Amino acid sequence: MNQKTIYLDYAATTPVDPRVAEKMSGCLTCEGMFANPASAHGPGRAARGAVEQARNQVAALVGAEPGEIIFTSGATESDNLAIKGVAHFYKHKGRHLVTSRIEHKAVLDTCKQLERDGFEVTWLKPDADGLIQPPMVEQVLRPDTVLVSIMHVNNEIGTINDIAAIGRITRKHGVFFHVDAAQSAGKLPIDLKTLFVDLMSFSGHKLYGPKGIGALYVRRQPRVQLDPLIHGGGHEHGLRSGTLATHQIVGMGEAFSLARQELTKEAPHLRALREKLWQALHTAVPQAMLNGHPTERVCGILNVAFPGIEGESLLFACGALAVSSGSACTSADRQPSFVLRALGRDDQLAGSSIRFSVGRFTTSAEVEAAARIVSEEYRRLLDLAPVG
Amino acid sequence: MNMAIYLDHNATTPLDPRVLDAMLPWLQGVHGNPSSIHRPGREARAALDRARMQVAALVNAQPAQVIFTSGGTEADNLALKGVCSGKPRGRILVSAIEHAAVLGPVEDLIRQGWQVQRLPVDHECRLDFNALQKMLGDDVRLVSLMLANNETGVIQDVKAVADCAKRHGALLHTDAIQAAGKLPVDFVALGANLMSLSAHKLGGPRGVGALIVDRRVDLAPQITGGGQEHGLRGGTENLAGIIGFGKAAELARLELDVRNRHLRALRNNLEAGLQSMSGISIFAEQVERLPNTVQLGVAGFDGEMVVMELDKRGIAASSGSACHSGSGQPSHVLLAMGVDEAYARSAVRISFGMSNSMDDVQTLLAALMTIASKRSGALALA
Repeated sequence: MNQKTIYLDYAATTPVDPRVAEKMSGCLTCEGMFANPASAHGPGRAARGAVEQARNQVAALVGAEPGEIIFTSGATESDNLAIKGVAHFYKHKGRHLVTSRIEHKAVLDTCKQLERDGFEVTWLKPDADGLIQPPMVEQVLRPDTVLVSIMHVNNEIGTINDIAAIGRITRKHGVFFHVDAAQSAGKLPIDLKTLFVDLMSFSGHKLYGPKGIGALYVRRQPRVQLDPLIHGGGHEHGLRSGTLATHQIVGMGEAFSLARQELTKEAPHLRALREKLWQALHTAVPQAMLNGHPTERVCGILNVAFPGIEGESLLFACGALAVSSGSACTSADRQPSFVLRALGRDDQLAGSSIRFSVGRFTTSAEVEAAARIVSEEYRRLLDLAPVG
Repeated sequence: MNMAIYLDHNATTPLDPRVLDAMLPWLQGVHGNPSSIHRPGREARAALDRARMQVAALVNAQPAQVIFTSGGTEADNLALKGVCSGKPRGRILVSAIEHAAVLGPVEDLIRQGWQVQRLPVDHECRLDFNALQKMLGDDVRLVSLMLANNETGVIQDVKAVADCAKRHGALLHTDAIQAAGKLPVDFVALGANLMSLSAHKLGGPRGVGALIVDRRVDLAPQITGGGQEHGLRGGTENLAGIIGFGKAAELARLELDVRNRHLRALRNNLEAGLQSMSGISIFAEQVERLPNTVQLGVAGFDGEMVVMELDKRGIAASSGSACHSGSGQPSHVLLAMGVDEAYARSAVRISFGMSNSMDDVQTLLAALMTIASKRSGALALA
C-alpha cells in the first residue's frame, strides 16, 4: 500500500497487530502447530491446545466461560447463526423477532430472509441520536416474540446502546437477546456475567486480528439452544462444523488478549484523537454536523455531515485518505446511508456524510493532516458546486 | 513436539512455505476491506480477484464461478442446502461414502422433509451404477458424489454419473476436496454443476475453501449480509487465507505431475513392503485411487490403538477421517463397502505428502512390523 495513505477506516477493518501476526505465523509453519485439531495424534493434540487457549482469551475479554464461545468464520456468520439458529430452534414457541433499522447488514439481511421464510420482524426506528431506547423494545414485545437483536455499537455512527437495560427487559419477558458486538468488543468493557445477554457476536478483524474469523457467545445458564447453520463433523459442540483454522483462532485469541491488556489505556487515547479530529474539522468547517449521539459514542468513530456536497465526491477528492461514506459492506450499493436516514437525516445530508474511524496505529499527525485535507477539499468542492 | 513423520495429509497438509510467503504481506501493515472503495480497499479487491483466477484455473472453471467460503465443510453445506432451500421438496441421492460435511447437511434436509436415498458402493468403494440408474427419476433434484474418497482414496467416475443425472434433470454436486491438487480436476469436463474445494488439503491454509457453481444453478445463500461473493456468501473476505488458497492452487496446478510421481512412488513402495506382512491388507487395492492414500486393515487390531502406537513412535497417521476421530464408530465408508464391523475397526489410513521420503516409508513399515508382532499383547482385540 502507498505509504502516504492515511488510514482512518478502522471500523471497516483494522490492520493485524504485529504481535498477532507473529503468533499466527508460528501456527502456519511446519514447525508450528499445523495439524488438524480434530486428529488424535500428537500434533493434533497440540493444535487443539492452542485452540483452547485462544478460546480462553476470547472468553476472558468479555466475561464469558470458554465453553460458551463458538468459533465461526466471522461476525456475519455469528449473526446468521445466532438469529437463524434461535428462530428455527424455537419456531414452535413463536415466530416474532425484534431488531432495529440500523443494524449491520449481517443482521438486517438475515432478518429479511426469515421474513421470507414466514417469521415476523418488528423493525425499531432509533431516536434522533441514533439510539434504541430500552422502552422502545419493551413496547413491541409480544407473547410470541422469541428474539431481540440489537447491536451494542453502531458501525456507522458509533452510538452505544444500553444493552444492560435492554437485557433486563428481555429477560423479564423470557425473550432471548442477541447483541452484535463486532464494533464494541475491546473498545468498551463488556462483562457477560452481569449482562442479560444470551448471544453475542464478535469479529477478529475489527480488533487487530485476522479477517475470516469470529466468534459467537452462546449462554449456558440459562441455556440457549440453536439450530446449526453448518453441519457435518460436529465441531464446536455440534454448533459449527468444519476443520478449525488454528492460526486464525490463535490470532483472534491473541488480539482479544491484547485488547484486554490495553483497553483502559487505549480507549481514552482514541477518544482524544477522535475529539482532536472533530475539533479541527469543526473549526475549519463550521457548518459540519456531527451524526449520532454527542456523548454516547464509541471511542474510535466520528461521523460528520458536510452540507452541500456529496460524501463520495469528498472521499474521492481526498485520495490520500482512506475513510468511508458508510459501512464497507454497503459501499457497493451507493445509496445514502440507511443508518443516517433512519436517524431522520434527509437524503442530501445523509449523502454528504463521511465516517472517520481511528485506531491503535493512528497518530496525532495523521489526524491533523486528515482534518486539513478534508477541509481544503470540502471548500474546493463547495466552490465548484452550483449555487442555490 | 515430536514431529518426526507426518502421514496424515488427507486430514490437513502443512502450509507450503511459498504459500506462507504469499500470505504474510497481507498479515502485515495496513490493508483495506475489499468492499471499501478507497485505495487500500481496491488493492485488497484486486488481490482477491487474482486468487479467484488462480483457484478457477486449477479446476478449469471461470473466476466468476468461484464462491469463497470458510472451508470445504461450508462449501458442501452451501451446495446441498443452497440448491434445496426454498424449493419444492423432492429427492436427493447421495453416495453412502460421502464425508460428514455432505452427510451432515443431508440430515438437516431430511428434517426439512426432503427424501434422501443413499447410493450404494461395491466392495472396492466404487459407485453401484445400476443402483443409480434405478434410483434416478424426474423428482431427483440433486445427486452428490465425491470425486475421491478421503479414507480409501478411491476415485469415482463422476463424469458418467453427471451425464446420467443430467438426463433426468437432476443437478450434480461433487466434493473434490481430496482430489484437487492430487489429480487433474476439470469442472467442465466432469459436467458437474457444483464442486467443493478446500485450501488446507492442498498446501493452503485452513479456514478457506470454495464452491464452484455453474451460474445456471439457482443457489440460495446460507450466510447472508453484506452481499459479498455475488450475494451468495456474506461476510468480510478472509483476505490472507484466500490469497494463500490462490497461491496453493497455482502451485498445485503447475506441479501436479511432479507431485503425482513422488506420491505414487511412496505409495507403491509402502504397498510393496506391506505385501510381505501377514495380516495386513489394503482396502480397494485393485482400483484407481489417489496417489497418496493407502487404507490398511490390520487384522485382529483396533485401528485407533495402532494409531496411538504409531504416535508414540513419532508417526502421525489416522484411523479414518479426522472428523470422526474419537467417535469409536467404525468407518461408514468401509461398512458401505461390505467390510465387517470388526475388520472395519482395524483400519489405519496413511496419506503421504510432498515432504515425505522413502525413509519415512521404511520407518513406517518397521513400526507396523513391531506393532503387528504384539499380536498376543494388549493391543489385540480378541
